[in-house]
Amino acid sequence: MKKLGLIVNPIAGMGGRVGLKGTDSPEILAKARELGAEPVAPARAVEALRVLKHHMAKFELLTYPAEMGADEAEAAGLEVRVIGKITSGKTTAEDTKRAAKEMLLEKVDLILFAGGDGTAADTIKAVDALVPILGIPTGVKMHSAVFANTPQAAGEIAARFLREGLPLQQAEVMDIDEEAYRENRLVAKLLGYANVPYEPVMMQATKEGSSGFELADQKAIARGVVELMEKRRIYVLGPGTTTRAVAEELGIYDSTLLGVDLVKDYKLLARDVNERQILKAIRGKPTTIVVSPIGKQGFILGRGNQQLSPEVVRCVGKENVWVLATPHKLSLTPTLKVDTGDSELDREFRGYIRVITGYRQTRMVKVV
Amino acid sequence: MGHPYIPNTREIREEMLREIGVVSIDELFADIPSKVRPKRKLKLPPAMSELEVKRHVQAMLSKNRPFTQMPSFIGGGVWPHNVPAHVRSLAQRAEFLTSYTPYQAEVSQGMLQALFEYQSLICELTGLEVANASMYDWSTALGEAALMCARVTGRRKFIVPELISLERLSVLQNYAAGPGLEVVKVGYDRSTGQLDMGELRKELGEDVAGVYVENPSYLGFLETRVDEISEAARKKGALFVVGVNPISLGLLKAPGDYGADIVVGEGQPLGNPVSFGGPTLGIFACRDDQKLIRQLPGRLVGMTTTLDGKTRGFAMVLQTREQHIRRERATSNICSNEALCAVTAAIYLTSLGPKGLRELAETCAANASYAMKRLNTIGGLKAPIFKAPHFNEFTLRCTKPKLTIEKFNAKLLEQGIQGGKPVRGEFPKLGETALLCTTELHTKGDIDRLAEAAARAVGGKG
Amino acid sequence: MTYRQARWAREGCLEPLVFELSKAGRMGASLPRAPARVKIPEKLTRTSLELPELSEPQVVRHYTRLSQMNYGVDSGFYPLGSCTMKYNPKVCDELVNLDGAAHIHPYQAEETVQGALELMYRLERHLAEIAGVSRVCLHPSAGAHGELLGMLLVRAYHKSTGSKRTEVIVPDSAHGTNFASAAMAGFNVVVVPSNNRGRVDLGALREAVSNRTAALMLTNPNTLGLFEDEILEIAEAIHKVGGLLYYDGANLNGILGKARPGDMGFDIVHFNLHKTFSTPHGGGGPGAGPIGVVRKLEKFLPVPVIEYDRRRKRYYLDYNRPNSIGKIKSFYGNFGVLVKAYAYILLMGAEGLEEVSEAAVLNANYIMRKLLKVEGYELKFDTSGPCKHEVVFSAEPLKKKYGVRAHFVAKRLLDFGMHAPTYYFPPIVPEALMIEPTETETKEELDQFIEALKQIAEEARSDPEKLQAAPTATAIARLDEVKASREPILSWRMYRKLAKK
Repeated sequence: MKKLGLIVNPIAGMGGRVGLKGTDSPEILAKARELGAEPVAPARAVEALRVLKHHMAKFELLTYPAEMGADEAEAAGLEVRVIGKITSGKTTAEDTKRAAKEMLLEKVDLILFAGGDGTAADTIKAVDALVPILGIPTGVKMHSAVFANTPQAAGEIAARFLREGLPLQQAEVMDIDEEAYRENRLVAKLLGYANVPYEPVMMQATKEGSSGFELADQKAIARGVVELMEKRRIYVLGPGTTTRAVAEELGIYDSTLLGVDLVKDYKLLARDVNERQILKAIRGKPTTIVVSPIGKQGFILGRGNQQLSPEVVRCVGKENVWVLATPHKLSLTPTLKVDTGDSELDREFRGYIRVITGYRQTRMVKVV
Repeated sequence: MGHPYIPNTREIREEMLREIGVVSIDELFADIPSKVRPKRKLKLPPAMSELEVKRHVQAMLSKNRPFTQMPSFIGGGVWPHNVPAHVRSLAQRAEFLTSYTPYQAEVSQGMLQALFEYQSLICELTGLEVANASMYDWSTALGEAALMCARVTGRRKFIVPELISLERLSVLQNYAAGPGLEVVKVGYDRSTGQLDMGELRKELGEDVAGVYVENPSYLGFLETRVDEISEAARKKGALFVVGVNPISLGLLKAPGDYGADIVVGEGQPLGNPVSFGGPTLGIFACRDDQKLIRQLPGRLVGMTTTLDGKTRGFAMVLQTREQHIRRERATSNICSNEALCAVTAAIYLTSLGPKGLRELAETCAANASYAMKRLNTIGGLKAPIFKAPHFNEFTLRCTKPKLTIEKFNAKLLEQGIQGGKPVRGEFPKLGETALLCTTELHTKGDIDRLAEAAARAVGGKG
Repeated sequence: MTYRQARWAREGCLEPLVFELSKAGRMGASLPRAPARVKIPEKLTRTSLELPELSEPQVVRHYTRLSQMNYGVDSGFYPLGSCTMKYNPKVCDELVNLDGAAHIHPYQAEETVQGALELMYRLERHLAEIAGVSRVCLHPSAGAHGELLGMLLVRAYHKSTGSKRTEVIVPDSAHGTNFASAAMAGFNVVVVPSNNRGRVDLGALREAVSNRTAALMLTNPNTLGLFEDEILEIAEAIHKVGGLLYYDGANLNGILGKARPGDMGFDIVHFNLHKTFSTPHGGGGPGAGPIGVVRKLEKFLPVPVIEYDRRRKRYYLDYNRPNSIGKIKSFYGNFGVLVKAYAYILLMGAEGLEEVSEAAVLNANYIMRKLLKVEGYELKFDTSGPCKHEVVFSAEPLKKKYGVRAHFVAKRLLDFGMHAPTYYFPPIVPEALMIEPTETETKEELDQFIEALKQIAEEARSDPEKLQAAPTATAIARLDEVKASREPILSWRMYRKLAKK
């Protein structure tokens, strides 16, 4: 029988309605409670579980006690095996990590969690990409690409994954500095990748194009990009799985996933470089920047790839920035954004940009 | 008066407009800019009644001389055969005829099962395990096979025999042009017409995606060294593609049994009328190998069960494969194919069964053999021009000075006989030569008449 | 109205496969005896052939039963968007069986097929008039095949002018085959988005065009059923950079006699005779996808072109065309299909064709307006103006509220004795239901369809399990399509091989 682990972060999302951006620190949580914030995660988790139950007759459900899952499972009318211990009413990030680790040891097929970016980050800190995860969206910040669009969708995807075995897709887990976020600055870090069940839209036959499997799409993009590459030109590969697919297509298997690499003549020139190193390498040389939008917000510059500073971008020129994104990714972020910290440069990017979306296929996408 | 095919009368249409609050039909077309609205009505003949249309088309088509009214010895890609009455009437059943591609499996089991049966029957014929639900015709199936070879091997060169139908070659070249495949011709043995093995080995490097031969060949002779060709291709990592007339497979070894990776061919003779060359039916089959199946173009029907696992059913399968193929340079765009012709073929093959198909193939070949014998005794004629076994088609050369093959054919036509297809245009080296075909439609009397008429045409004795 | 599809079933399956019905020695056709045995070299001689053996009455029952478990336009309403599943007049089918149509060979002497050549010549002229182009090639066997020809013509044209053009522009609402056809002809594809009116975003298009632009592929009305009212601006943007305009003919049924692609600026116009001109679709073909062109592209058309020699009063096949791209199919096209389309045009005449569009467009608008009032379905784009031959609804409200997705709606419709609309297409509409009623449906049928959708929306709220279980009135319940693709069994041979394991 299939095993499902459930983790509810009961305080996720509490900050949102009272105008606080996240509840990562105990002080903020206290403040949120003071402002009269109500928990939102439990109710949304119950919604997801109801749909799951509807689609799936038999599976084993494992969860943590009380508000971390047991209560929600009961409310949805599901039988559950409760593991671990918590202090009800005082759960922390450590509880999430512990729960995830124990579920890994229990060999669950999927961890379904209710929370936001923080919960996603805690989960992958504990289990890396060893267990597929799927987020029921309940948090304030959901920049990571591990969340279903609605709680119902989370239930349905989980059921289909357990029942039919959907393919897995690597999805970014983003960590946003909440302090900065509260001050209206977005400092996003790409923290890592999780394995997430991928649900291709169930298309009628194949009269239609588009949509397919993420990995195959990335590979197709990579093949197209490699065909376009010229000798003696430097290619600055930004972070992400799509750009890594390009490196792999070149036969480079030790590129960095979260950092910036330099490639020349189809070979790795330098690995995980910072802004200074990039500038030193590219000055006066023909260069192309290859980036992919990061997270659900669709930033192509300025989030998770701050090494590509305004100076670097100016040095290369807008016309030499290649943006790569799979059709699936673009469906999540129909418009793209830039936030280099240099508003004049940002303005240059506004309007339409060509995004490479497949093998010899590009798409005009609006940058706002 | 109401329109027979437009059931909502003017009055009903008025009523519908009122119901949705639209003043006039014109309002529904107001979004078309006036600049592109036509200033005049279409210049077409005025509408006719069913009876008038019938008379009109009948009159027009009666100007044709169908081969039911005169012995005709023309083949070359489509071949006349008898279509049993029940085959035609079953395939034309309205539920098959007026359905769309079976996207909704639950309501389309009939079509899906019939197509599964077609695929299965083609597999039995070709000796392979997988066949798709059809291509447009032989030539486009060949084009798709070349693209598939390129996808599977990642190579760009495709070898074909020099003695290939110009039509098929031209289609192949057009399919190959986009992704930049190179089509290379390999010459033939002057005496047998068969592939020149020396030349093949010279061209067959490790850059070759596929090697294609036809058996029986375009000019009717059999390619007897298919084992060696298959082996040579395999050694270099190229795929071996074989083109067939499926009727011949009643007698001939299945290409799968001599190493074919892909089989293409023309399925028209399997119960479909010649119909001036269309609709046709492209056969496409391959080995049960994941590497091949993943790159197989076109629609596939597979066997499955209901969700509860209790009842067997059929559905279109591996549709993501079509998406994957579209991520390749050597891609395929086929959607609608020739499904109803495939169903016809299934009904036809089921009706003939193994013994029937064998008997039929035997008749076709025996008639050709008799025709060659008769024609070859006539001075000024040579049939066949190649020393090799033949199936049901053969070459006839007119060796009489100043008598072109066209003139020879014209003289046959004057005597009420349609001769073979001149091939001088395709292969100037072969001289005044035509390609003739016989099937079960030809009686001994027809063949004797051909021989007598041919003798008169060359001015000799029969 | 209630519906129940015929169901011929045995333990664990419906009608058995022909292989399972086989008994050695039975025969379903009578053949002349071979006059002599022929000699085939031993290494090429067949030793076994495992075809089924059935008698004629068994064959007839088997395929009759299968046909009864199949749904066609003749069975009922078939609102499959973008496919124009209209009624196919029977007289057209009958004509194809005439001796002068079924039993003529493409290589026969020209003087013996004058009627066939005349018919094709006239059909070509009629199609050219309808589309506003100068010549039409009847060769392509299907829509996608015509698209490929169109793209090969684009390629040939630019090659002849010596300009290197690598890109074909396609809107994001386009048929999937457009992308594939352009790629197949060696072009890179540039996708332009739709604007919030559901039309091509002209701003994005103007950014996309350049001296690399080979062509724009566009269908008008587009796949949302909306007329591209900025078509002249679009055409100008493409022509200004030297590109060609390609018309996808899937939606021609909405504008017959009302607007001609040629007048809109299209250089290459594609037809689907199995849609607009009412030739039956045959469960996936044969169809026909002719291609029309403006004068400057004529010389590139495939050979042979049918010409008329006025002096000799004879039609002939012209192969002497040095700029031709060659061939894309053996012979001259799906003649049987062409005969049906020709007869259809004669039956309708100019006024009849215009009436087709009027009635088709009215039927679509009727559904649009009525269904807008039904809770659960909404339009995502322009709702103010009219639609053309089809309308694309979104069932997103049902998904959001009750978790019921568009394909559940579609499957449940089958229980009402109606075919499902196209769903999840075009991809720019979430939970899309693409509805094309055509002109051959009665108001009563449309009302029943709307009632059915209303009832389904109600069931989404009150009885979602019923939707999950649908369809139940069909010959078979929902199939495990995932399993079918994971462990594909594609033939009787594969099945037996697996059974042995």
